[in-house]
Amino acid sequence: MTDADRCGEMHLLLQAELDGEISAAEAAGLAAHLASCADCRHVQAELRTLTASLRAELPRYPAPPRLRAALSLRGHRAAAVTRLRWWPSAAGFAAGVGVAAAVMLTVLPTPPGDTLATAAVAGHIRALQLDHLIDVPSSDRHTVKPWFDGRLDYAPPVRDLAAQGFPLAGGRLDYLAGRPVAALIYRRDRHVINLFVWPAPGASPASERSLNGYNVVSWQEEGMRFLAVSDLNAPELDHFAELWHQAEP
Amino acid sequence: MAEADAAAAVALLALPHLDAAFNLARWLVRDGALAEDVVQDALVRALTYAPSFRGENPRAWLLQIVRTVAYDTLAARPRRRESPLDDGMASELVDPGDDPEMALARNEAHATLAAALGALPADLREVIVLRELEEMSYRDIARVVQVPIGTVMSRLWRARQALMQTAGRGQA
Repeated sequence: MTDADRCGEMHLLLQAELDGEISAAEAAGLAAHLASCADCRHVQAELRTLTASLRAELPRYPAPPRLRAALSLRGHRAAAVTRLRWWPSAAGFAAGVGVAAAVMLTVLPTPPGDTLATAAVAGHIRALQLDHLIDVPSSDRHTVKPWFDGRLDYAPPVRDLAAQGFPLAGGRLDYLAGRPVAALIYRRDRHVINLFVWPAPGASPASERSLNGYNVVSWQEEGMRFLAVSDLNAPELDHFAELWHQAEP
Repeated sequence: MAEADAAAAVALLALPHLDAAFNLARWLVRDGALAEDVVQDALVRALTYAPSFRGENPRAWLLQIVRTVAYDTLAARPRRRESPLDDGMASELVDPGDDPEMALARNEAHATLAAALGALPADLREVIVLRELEEMSYRDIARVVQVPIGTVMSRLWRARQALMQTAGRGQA
């Protein structure tokens, strides 16, 4: 094998190394060659410079907003209120759904009855995206409940459902239905539940709906309106609502 | 209802990769409006293929469809004047933090590299876009481009050689 052949072969290995696609055995062979070949060391330096320049300087064209909006709208129109049961459960998809839902919420016309649920889902997503889920992190309701004192003109009930598999994670001040409201954060495995609570007269049993892949359960009792939002599946979120209803105040 | 589910699922599946889809289309057809059409068509086609999607790598799956549509679109159109920099791209790239001279120098470098990439044949251009801008693995690029991994490697090398020559000239 001539030197030129040898170097030609090494160029592909240099590239593979640059791209993180080289095996340990190949890397060893490459290192041995580089030690004795100034030409290949030069190529290696050039390749690295090129990659750095390309990544720093080439434009990566983002999708135009109207394309994004059209896609969101299509998904919504096609499936209005549908649960995507065959959805793969990988974590990346959860993130994808969050982004998708957030985008949809910004562009969708909303049926009047859904305004509140839509706003609540938006609040849920916003809290997750902005990494501002919790103002007062605590699994102790005796810490969370007093935190709202002086921040709200009412005292939201806070219940401990840890024994039933829904540990309290904390509380947050949010804004919904034109007023500041308490958001209580519960967890179920890796899912987050936002429970929005604010004063409202009357009582009504739990009703559920699904919005852009999020489930929403709302009910009224004890002069409070409750609205639970989560990517948790509907039966479990219903169960959460039922547990809340039954729990000791 | 199953159809509606599929449409919504495709929309949700595609949304996180919409920028990657548009970027690939934009670099392949070299025109913003046309790239938008390509992605729209690809999304419609993705719906047809949705039952074939098995949950593995949605980005490669979507980009493969985008690429196919882009090539179909180019083949169906009469040859156009090639003008990869006709959309004011260079001026958009000015970093307001730079002083004017630096900005100018930077723009020239951008224009040189971007123009060089735009001038490459599509089969070389796309592997650079997928590797350097989308940072995809050889395996995923092979999937998008529908060639063996060895071919991806040789195309990448040829593309890089061409770009290194341009960069070398730019520095001289």
